Amino acid sequence: MTSPGGTDATGRRFSRRSVLGLAGAAAATGAAAGAGITLAAAHAGDEPQAEGGTGDAYAFTGAHQAGITTPAQDRLHMAAFDLTTTERADVVALLRAWTYAASRMTQGLPAGDFGPGSGPYDAPPDDTGEADGLPASGLTITFGFGPSLFRDADGRDRFGLAARRPALLEDLPHFPGDALEPGRTGGDLVVQACAHDPQVAVHAVRNLSRIAFGTAAVRWSQLGYGRTSSTSTSQATPRNLFGFKDGTANVKAEEADAVRDFVWVQPGDDPAAAWMAGGSYLVARRIRMMIETWDRAPLREQETIVGRTKTTGAPLSGGTEHTEPDFALAGRDGVPLVAEQSHVRLAHPSSNDGQRILRRGYNYTDGSDGLGRLDAGLFFVAFVRDPARQYVPMQNRLARDDLMSEYLRHTGSGLWAVPPGVPDGAALGGTDGAYVGQELFEG
Amino acid sequence: MHRPLRGLAVAATLLLPLAACTENSDSSASGSKDTGTIAVESSADACELSADEAPSGNLVFTVKNTGPDVTEFYLLAEDGLRIVSEVENIGPGLSRDLVVTAKPGTYVSACKPGMVGDGIRGEFTVTDSGKDVAPTGALADQVAAATTNYVAYVKDQTEQLLAGTRDFVEAYEQGDDDRARELYAATRVHWERIEPVAESFGDLDPRMDLREADLEAGQEWTGWHRLEKDLWPPKGFTDALSPAQRATYADQLLADTQELYDRTHAAAFAQEIDATAIGNGAKGLLDEVATGKVTGEEEIWSHTDLWDFQANVDGAKVAYDGLRDIVVAKDEALATQLDTRFEALQGLLDQHREGEGFVGYDALSTDQVKQLAASVDALSEPLARLTAAVVL
Repeated sequence: MTSPGGTDATGRRFSRRSVLGLAGAAAATGAAAGAGITLAAAHAGDEPQAEGGTGDAYAFTGAHQAGITTPAQDRLHMAAFDLTTTERADVVALLRAWTYAASRMTQGLPAGDFGPGSGPYDAPPDDTGEADGLPASGLTITFGFGPSLFRDADGRDRFGLAARRPALLEDLPHFPGDALEPGRTGGDLVVQACAHDPQVAVHAVRNLSRIAFGTAAVRWSQLGYGRTSSTSTSQATPRNLFGFKDGTANVKAEEADAVRDFVWVQPGDDPAAAWMAGGSYLVARRIRMMIETWDRAPLREQETIVGRTKTTGAPLSGGTEHTEPDFALAGRDGVPLVAEQSHVRLAHPSSNDGQRILRRGYNYTDGSDGLGRLDAGLFFVAFVRDPARQYVPMQNRLARDDLMSEYLRHTGSGLWAVPPGVPDGAALGGTDGAYVGQELFEG
Repeated sequence: MHRPLRGLAVAATLLLPLAACTENSDSSASGSKDTGTIAVESSADACELSADEAPSGNLVFTVKNTGPDVTEFYLLAEDGLRIVSEVENIGPGLSRDLVVTAKPGTYVSACKPGMVGDGIRGEFTVTDSGKDVAPTGALADQVAAATTNYVAYVKDQTEQLLAGTRDFVEAYEQGDDDRARELYAATRVHWERIEPVAESFGDLDPRMDLREADLEAGQEWTGWHRLEKDLWPPKGFTDALSPAQRATYADQLLADTQELYDRTHAAAFAQEIDATAIGNGAKGLLDEVATGKVTGEEEIWSHTDLWDFQANVDGAKVAYDGLRDIVVAKDEALATQLDTRFEALQGLLDQHREGEGFVGYDALSTDQVKQLAASVDALSEPLARLTAAVVL
């Protein structure tokens, strides 16, 4: 339950345990909260830094929401919510409260002004406390709106927003082999919390859920670990649960042109939804891996399916991990070294009309199923400017032709419109503070 | 069925020449300690081996391609003609292992950068370690016999499938649904027994065996499972097929079955089948059980999954039996384990027999499904080692 440690404002290493030890049990909470505030003050507004120190705090405000081009943290807790209210004002109040709490928690502060150990003695604390004394841990909180926020299943304009629904925001089509479970699919709102420390990410979702009670209820939530993509050139490519390096060709934050062309919605993209400029679309897919049968597959088959070597991640056409695959290079009998139906070939921009995506997925393991098999796989998360061009055709192609599909089963899905960020310097909180998605409701 | 369309070209890349075997260097290093490892560097104009002799037994050649072209590495018999083992398609900059069981004697090593000519050759000596090494050469005949037998089995199954499908289609088109339901599972077992072969024809498989969940948006659903849903309609199902639709789908199924028959009876088909194809096919059949049948997803309307389950196991058993003598010679412990576990799984399946076939999947308790799943896993794990044991 304790953090592995962090770095304070002066760069010294500290651990939660040592803070607690110094302060003594009785004063522990207050001392830890104090440390958190000092830390946050020193880091607030910092430019995103390379991953490393778990004390990093990323700015909450800005032109874009954090948690997209931010170097992918190690842990995820994503939650989808269904609105239980019918009042537009309630939705706005929720977003305002969420924005304020998120702006605090991302800086290592408690969700509420009092914190877990202060405030009225006969009232429950306004922060649940489990992240007390832990550093910000690179926490980012990213909010999105689902198609059902605009119209419900019966087509009703629930909150007077239907005219502003982005044309691209509609339920993803059925892909070959989809085995979606309703309880893991969709949601009016989505919250993506990423951090280097799972307790920090879970704390964020827990406190936001608490704020939502009465307005919105959690539809599903998903924990992820071991980021499966790098979103910065400073990060090494991680491995997925198939044991292969994944997402080598990802859009990276440093590629300014690619980020503009493939991640951020540009002004003019959708005149009816001008509020989306500077935002993005979040695609989430819970992809269960048939771990046991994969593990029994010969190395030859595994590498043929992926199109890369297992050890180095180099394409089978040769070189090292970041060498571009040579899809034309043929081996024995003229057969291409990178198979026609390999994952790397079918997911490559050259097979997808030059389209790229920013992947930000995580491994997940939700224990075992009733047959003693791991319920594990990839919680795929991607941010795209245009899901209809960048994601749907690619997923159709992969589901139909990718040799890997035999070992995959998509059990959850969702598409959300992620609005731009809350502007720097905007006043937050209270009854008139700025909030995420304000342009949708008031623009 | 496998969802991705596994075309023949891709299937071919997954098949490896009879004598070749590659393994990951980590796994071989962590294997037996007495494995001799020889580093091979294949450049544009040289073929450097870290040693030119090794003791008999398991040898690992770790071949690194330092040249600009695709390369291959061969271990040839003393005559420089007969291939003892090989590893192909090593891209520039990549490394791959060749694992081989070698008897004492004189061999020829060869790198073949660019995959042309005789390659850059050298002499390689295997000294006598005193270890008992199975006589690989003598197994060639057994492998040939196994291949011939397996091809004959596939042909026989497609013959029975064709005959059964004719009867099924006739009953179905005449509206004799009881008869069609009776024939459904009993006919499909001939498909399920050779499922990996049927799936190697990437165009036929989706037309004949696609499940509803496997469809792409807008794709037309045809084949066995479309008719299955029509014969076992779920509650509230309003999309029953008209007689004309029945004829269309049933006739296409029959035509596709004829096509499958024709292709498996063509000379080219027999050439696709080797020990690797048989061994991997056996493993593939158990994978089918693990992912589709044991979960009741294959026959979601008729619940005849246990028929398919048995047919997949039948097919795997035939494939294994064909190779069994070779396994006994090379790895007796593996053969014993496979024998035992096939028997255990069969014993478990037999408990669910009813009449000519099996009880419906929906009649199984959670515990019974779990037992079956555990037994499938128990057999699958050693079965996955069959191919390597045979071709090494």
